[in-house]
This record gives sequence, structure tokens and C-alpha cells, in this order.
Amino acid sequence: MTAIESNDTAFSAARATSAQSGRRSARFWRTGAVAAALWLGSAAVIEFWPEIIPAPYGRELAILSVLIAALLVLVLTTGFILGKTAIWVRYYGPWFAVAAVGLGIWEMLTAKLAVLPVPFFSSPQGILEVYIDDWARLGESVLHSVLLLAKGYFFGAVVGFTTGVTIGWSRAAGYWVHPILRLIGPLPATAWLPLSFFIFPSSGSASVFLIALATAFPVTILTWSGIASVNRDYYDIARTLGASRWFLIFKVAIPAALPHVFVGLFMGLGTSFAVLVVAEMLGVKAGLGWYLQWAQGWAAYANMYAALIVMALMCSSLITILFRIRDRVLSWQKGLVRW
Amino acid sequence: MVALAPSDFRTPPNLTGVQVNIGAVSHQFELEGAPLPVLDRVSFAVEPGQFVALLGPSGCGKSTLLRLLAGLDHPTSGSLRVDGEEIGDPDPSRILVFQDPTLFPWRTVWDNVALGLEAQGIIRTGGDRVDAALRLVGLDGFEKAYPHQLSGGMAQRVALARALVNDPRLLLLDEPLGKLDSLTRLTMQAELVALWQKAGMTAILVTHDVEEALFLTQRVLVFGPRPAQIVADIPVDLPYPRHRGDPRLGELRRVALQHLGLAATW
Repeated sequence: MTAIESNDTAFSAARATSAQSGRRSARFWRTGAVAAALWLGSAAVIEFWPEIIPAPYGRELAILSVLIAALLVLVLTTGFILGKTAIWVRYYGPWFAVAAVGLGIWEMLTAKLAVLPVPFFSSPQGILEVYIDDWARLGESVLHSVLLLAKGYFFGAVVGFTTGVTIGWSRAAGYWVHPILRLIGPLPATAWLPLSFFIFPSSGSASVFLIALATAFPVTILTWSGIASVNRDYYDIARTLGASRWFLIFKVAIPAALPHVFVGLFMGLGTSFAVLVVAEMLGVKAGLGWYLQWAQGWAAYANMYAALIVMALMCSSLITILFRIRDRVLSWQKGLVRW
Repeated sequence: MVALAPSDFRTPPNLTGVQVNIGAVSHQFELEGAPLPVLDRVSFAVEPGQFVALLGPSGCGKSTLLRLLAGLDHPTSGSLRVDGEEIGDPDPSRILVFQDPTLFPWRTVWDNVALGLEAQGIIRTGGDRVDAALRLVGLDGFEKAYPHQLSGGMAQRVALARALVNDPRLLLLDEPLGKLDSLTRLTMQAELVALWQKAGMTAILVTHDVEEALFLTQRVLVFGPRPAQIVADIPVDLPYPRHRGDPRLGELRRVALQHLGLAATW
């Protein structure tokens, strides 16, 4: 689990080399030209090929494709003047090309040829329609989901961290908490769902509890193992230098254990997503999970796809934020371990 | 065993070092339920400001003795006294430097050196002491570096600065140069002597390097195999700075090797 790697680092490593090779030769960016042509092509398919399944916003989708092609051409002609954006666009050039082809094929299979049947499949403009017409409800759902997740995750992380430090430090606490952890910990948090909806006054508070529970377990275990694996010599050094017990915990044990704690936080975030969606589908009357359920009820599959995309973006953004925090807090690890 | 007076060979001018008295100290570990004696009624005294080496085969209990002096462990029996007072808990006036620098990887060089002052709650007024300690070991300019960016020798210098910043009155050195390459080692041996002369504390060096013990210290206590007992007390009656080619050092080396049971290798 130590080899958690963000795509960002792979990207920044690659962009250094691509920027270099680009500057060295300043040669024609062929991938960009191909990608731009492909985006224009898919725009043409969307605009000029008559639809079997008519849907609004075909024109808007075509315009969007043309805009992407224009961006590629802009980067192509201006070289690296646009700085970071240009480096990013150039790095993902092949992805731009493949995405254009994907969009074209998708468009043909759905709107143009109706090979994939409605209502189970949606055309690209069908999804665009959801974003344009239903953005308010989707946005509100995202907000609810993020708020609920933040509350649960925060409590879970704090409780897990505190418990982990306590049982890692105190033998007595470990004696009493370990058996409980071993028994309750592996139980999926969702198993508590019916009970907690019954016990808690509202489905919201029940969900906060469940998400906190799902987060706390991995954070506790990893914090505890982090504290337990701190080099004994660090304590000896600190003690001879006059460290108090407080100092040993907060200035030696916890900083030394932080890399482990972050692994726990990542695992906790992953499990909390699962619990969030289930809780929203089964009890809470808001959030993306609820939106999915609601869309299914109305057989609004385009809405479901749209919500899934938003959910994916939300989860990956939250993971990215956690990566950023870790990179900042554990910046001393740079050069010590491979990120 | 009666301690030698620091007679006429050079002792540092500003005597801030402590007097150390070790009386019949025995210590044993529990190893898989069976007691493992490591020290057997060890007695000796160290005069204030003296630099003493504890020389002996590895695993003979020298390091254990240092831990006892630091207050990290307590002896099974016997007494350890510093300036007449029984050693209790660890105290920043007695600092132990390990074979590994054991710097905290999440702290910069400056923050590592500041550790002791921070732990004692006097960092706010003692910032310039950290700078001074870094200058003393020749690492000014590396304040913001992280430990993983340092070479072995530099890391060990930081560890020394981390000890010296507390103005220890007893410096306990547990093979502090043991893991360095031989060239760095020779340089740092001279630096250690200079640091000790400047600070004037009492210093006890544990080593299994005969040459190092003789080159650095004023007195070499040779330990036998475990459970450790002192088999010889060799005064090194040479002024500083010393020269490695000094024939007197060679002669003392032969004596030390003899006590270690290695006379045949001479």
C-alpha cells in the first residue's frame, strides 16, 4: 500500500520530457493535427448525419466538438506560449484523438443508427441535455453528497486517528480495544444500515455515523500500525534530549506514523464512497446516490449516466485533494520514497 | 579499580565536565526467559573533563553501559553516579550519540538540532544556540536540508550538533563513527577531539577500533568478553594534537591488542 501514486506525478514527470523535446525541435505537432481533424470529423457526423432518434442539443454538441478542435489548433500553432495548458494538452494529445473517435462511434451507434436501443442507452447529446436542463438538481445533489461525506469522513478520520494513536501508545488501551476492533472492524459498515436508520433520529445522522464508521476502521488500523512501527531509537534520542511524554507522542510518534496514517485515510476515503452511495440510495432523500435511484425510477437513463460521470469526477477530485494534502504534509518524504 | 588522575596530560581549560563514578554495576537481559548477564560488577571512575574510551569486542556490553549512564535503562545492581548523584531518568545534561545518526527524517537539519531545546521548552530563546552548534560542526548553510539529502558523515555531524546544542556535561558516544567510510572517519576523529576540547565536557567513547580509541582519548578501558569486566586501564599519555604515526601510539596499540587476546596478530 505504500506505492500509492497519483497520476499527477506520472504526468509531471512526463511533461518535463515532452516539454523538452518539444522545445528542442519545435517541430510540427502531428498528433494535435490528427486529433483536431478527428474532432472536426465527429462534429460533422453529429451535425450533418440525420438522426434516427431525434434529440435536442445536437447542435450544441457539435459546437463543443468544434471548440475542442479549435483549442487543439490553437495549441498547435502557438507552441508553448500557453504554458501549462499547452503542456497539458500536448501530453494528452493521443487521448484527445481517441476521445474524438469514441465520441463519433458512440454518436453513430445511438442517435444515428440506433444500434444501441433507447431508453437503456443514451446518445452523447442526451447526456448533454441532462447537464443543460437539469444542472440545478444535479448540482444540489453533488452538494448534498459532498457535505454528507465530509461530515462522516471528518468524524471517522478524527475518531480513527485518535483511537489508533491511543492503542498504539497505551498497552492498556490496546488490550481493551483490539478484540473489539478485530470483531467489529471487518464488518462492512453497510451491514449496520438497517439498524442505524432505526436508531438514529434522521437518515442523515445515521448516514454520517455509517460513513464515519467505514472511515474510522482503516484509519485506526493504519495509525496504530504506524505508531507501533516507529523506530525505538527515536524515542531514546528524544528522551535523552529531555522530551516529556507529551513531546514523545506529538513530536515523535505521530510525525513518524503519518505516512501510515495517510494510507489509512486513502483507504477510508474509498470505503466511505461506497457507504455514501448506499446510504443515499436507501434512506437519504438527497445526493447523487438518491439521484441515481430517482433516475432509475423514471427510466431516465441519460440522467443516470450523467450522474455517474459527475460522481466519478467528484470521487476522483476528492482523492486528488487528499493526494495534494499528503504531498504537502509529507513533503519531507520526497526523494526518500518513490511517489 | 582506582581511576587515574588526569595527571599532566592536557585537559580542556574550561572544566564543565562531570565526575562519573560507576560502582559494581551488573546488568542482565532476559533472553527467551533465561537471564543473559552482560555486565559483571564493573567499577571505574572518570574525572571531570576526561575523555575515556571503552574498548572491547562487539556485544560485550559496552553499549549497555552507555545506556545505563544515559538513564535509558537501569542496572540490575550497582550504582552509577554523576557528580555524586545517582543517575535517574534521562537528562539533557547527559547526551547519547548513536552509531546511526537517527535524525528525524521529517525535520530539517535545523529542526533536528533544535530538538533538545524544543523538548525542554527553551527553543524560543535558544535559536542562536542551534546556529552556533551547526557552525561548530561545519554545517552552516545546510539548515533547510532534510536528512536524506545528507551524506553519512554530514548526518553524523548533525547528530553531534543535536547533542552539543544542549551543552551536555557528559557526552556518551556509542561508536559514533562506526558506519562512516574510512576517510570521513579519520577527518571526524580529529573533529571530535576538537569539539571535546572546545566544550570541555566529560566524554565516554564506546568503540571496537583500537586505533580510534588511542588516537582520541586520554584513557582506554579494555573490556573482556561478555559478561563484561574491565581487563585493562591504559592511560594514553600523549598531548593533542596527536599524530597517527607516533611510535608511542603503536606501542600502546600492541598493549591494547594484547589485552584483547589478539597479541598474535601484532
